[in-house]
Amino acid sequence: MPYALCFLLFMIGLYCAVVKKNLVKIVIGLAIMEYAVNLFLIMLGYRTGGTAPILDKTYIEAGTNKIVANFINTSVDPLPQALVLTAIVISLGSLALIISISIRIYGKYGTFDITEIRRLKG
Amino acid sequence: MQTGKISNGTKGMTVIVKTVSSWVRVLIFLFGINIVLFGHLTPGGGFAGGVILASSYVLLMLAFGREFVEENLPLPLASKLDCLGAFMFALVAILGIVLGGSFFLNFLYQKYLPGQPLHLVSAGIIPLANIAIGLKVGASLFLITLMLSISCKGRECRFE
Amino acid sequence: MTKVLPAFVLIPLVMAFVLPVFGKKGKNIATVLANLVTITLFVLAIACIGKSGVYQVGNWSIRVGIILVLDGLSSLMLLAINLVSAAAMLFSARYMEQYTAKSKYLSLFMLMVAAMNGLVLAGDLFNLFVFLEIASLASYALVGFGCEHEELEASFKYMVLGSVASSFILFAIALVYGNTAYLNMACISKSIQASGLNIGLTFALALFIVGFGLKAALVPFHAWLPDAHSSAPAPISAMLSGIIIKTLGVYALTRILFNIFGVSISVGWLLITLGLLSMIAGAFLAIGQWDFKRLLAYSSISQIGYVVLGIGLGATLLAKKANPAWASLALLGGLFHLVNHAVYKSLLFLTSGSVEMSTGTRQLKEMGGLAQRLPVTRTACTVASASIVGIPPFSGFWSKLILVIAAVQAGLYWIAAIIVFVSLCTLIMYLKVQRYAFLGELPENLQQIKENKGSMLVAMAVLAFLCVLMGLLVIIPSLRDSILKPAVDVLTVGPKHWEIAGILKM
Repeated sequence: MPYALCFLLFMIGLYCAVVKKNLVKIVIGLAIMEYAVNLFLIMLGYRTGGTAPILDKTYIEAGTNKIVANFINTSVDPLPQALVLTAIVISLGSLALIISISIRIYGKYGTFDITEIRRLKG
Repeated sequence: MQTGKISNGTKGMTVIVKTVSSWVRVLIFLFGINIVLFGHLTPGGGFAGGVILASSYVLLMLAFGREFVEENLPLPLASKLDCLGAFMFALVAILGIVLGGSFFLNFLYQKYLPGQPLHLVSAGIIPLANIAIGLKVGASLFLITLMLSISCKGRECRFE
Repeated sequence: MTKVLPAFVLIPLVMAFVLPVFGKKGKNIATVLANLVTITLFVLAIACIGKSGVYQVGNWSIRVGIILVLDGLSSLMLLAINLVSAAAMLFSARYMEQYTAKSKYLSLFMLMVAAMNGLVLAGDLFNLFVFLEIASLASYALVGFGCEHEELEASFKYMVLGSVASSFILFAIALVYGNTAYLNMACISKSIQASGLNIGLTFALALFIVGFGLKAALVPFHAWLPDAHSSAPAPISAMLSGIIIKTLGVYALTRILFNIFGVSISVGWLLITLGLLSMIAGAFLAIGQWDFKRLLAYSSISQIGYVVLGIGLGATLLAKKANPAWASLALLGGLFHLVNHAVYKSLLFLTSGSVEMSTGTRQLKEMGGLAQRLPVTRTACTVASASIVGIPPFSGFWSKLILVIAAVQAGLYWIAAIIVFVSLCTLIMYLKVQRYAFLGELPENLQQIKENKGSMLVAMAVLAFLCVLMGLLVIIPSLRDSILKPAVDVLTVGPKHWEIAGILKM
């Protein structure tokens, strides 16, 4: 059920990116799409009643360096969290680039409306 | 059409904001260094710590105006710090080949300095990589915010 | 040989961060260094022909670590990527003098080359995504490099559609991870062969086709390509049209479809349909263009249709379990057309850049009679046009012949007829270019132009020479068996490729 809501958020972002006519609203639509995908990826790793995957003194057996089996059985999956960190960094770079290009388009064309930014035709 | 005045944004805010932010920004910077250094023990690491480091400078930019911060940390210096961070990361990875035989091998953990688990000196090259990433991300985000804050009055933009 | 694999990604990446330090004063040193790097990578790519291996980054085991895999398909793509990037970098040594901030251009170019090399070597899905994003971001920035009106508009359109495509691909990777709990390509394919496709994996396959189809500019998703390729600076257009749409789109789609999911008849027919639509729509839309680079961009859409048609034909024949020689022939035609197109389309874009630098215009109506003033450019353009149309003995003829023979042997005569028809349309559009740009008489305002000198001519001459020679790749059996046949074998064995390469035992 939460996965279907994630997909709904993705569709809302796609609608914004495709239908809207203001440059800034298109950029916001792209950002919403990326949030939806990151949320979906984190929710995949969830385990009901799980704990955060952070090692502590209580999870290491005294004397040796081994990790208690209880930790592996009850923690949520940390791999999607690492993937989402990378994806957030990538979307940050992409967002910075697209916003700076929007600012320059405003400086050149004088408007944020994509129906008036149409020099390339055919 | 976008009409109306766009504010200059370079004069800064009131005295209260300026005084408080000049104290608080040191604490934010210190907090960022903490997140970067303990990245292998607590949540965070290179990227999150770098964002916090950059945000201390963004606070300064909001409170005092753009030109003050440009004199404080000039653009060419920030560019060079950026390249230095990336270069440090590549150096750590290449040392894995030289000292260990495989690209990005954790040579400190496996050979020279294993340390004890859950202490600061424990996970090999991971703290070094975190410091390099923190430096790079901090410098990059500072540069991005600086360049995006160039104001456009109407249709005339001062880009270099 | 496997110890050299990280160098393909590492050397350009380190160079990308060293070059901005040179700034404005050290421009010439930076250019020489960049050219040295691309030529070294090309030599390394030639040394990797015929070898295969796996490199484990950081000595972590296969299930948990990042691996770099070199097999037949990867070595073929490495050859194409490094050849085109060496030629484009040589060309841009002289061409980019008209722009400022050349060191930033070189740095972004190096990032793009590093990311594309990493993409073809990636052994697990998430690394593929990360390298795909790095290459896309570098290309978005490079398309809008000149910061004129049209370049920024084209870059914005390209970036919006590219980001949508990347989100689709990440969503599909998340679905695959959720259903199989692995990210390594070998482990995913083993798990899918064992359990079959459920609804989540089918949806992931559909999202992959849409996402990579957007990156490869197949026909319902092609809207960004004419603007982006015609507004970019000429060496960047050559890189975009010559390798990026093929690596990010066609290679990734092929790898995921053949080696991870396994082909089925419906997916094969879907690819054939998309390929046919791209061929026909691209050819018809290109004939009416009066802008030189826009015509070349629409022609790119058409030629990528050929490649996808060949791959789809091979997929359908493999899924029907017909005679495997026919499937190999179709895949050989598709892959050889991919390599050919990289060479001659990048040569065409480089000649258009040379024409633009001499005359200052891209409109065909304003040019004429350039054959007298620009002899080397004219020869290169004629060789590339003859090759793309399919005149023997140039290289384009052989790949189209193989595709026609494969279609006829599979019993699909109507596809063979459409291939020949679209070749005739290609002939029309390139005759138009030759007539309006090079023949005819010189207008008055262009009487003073001279031929361009130096590195631009060297780059064009090298690529033109290769256009003529590439036909030998198919005719001489030893060259064919060492370069093209391993790539086709990787695709025909499908999901069993990972066992044969010995990865699953590690």
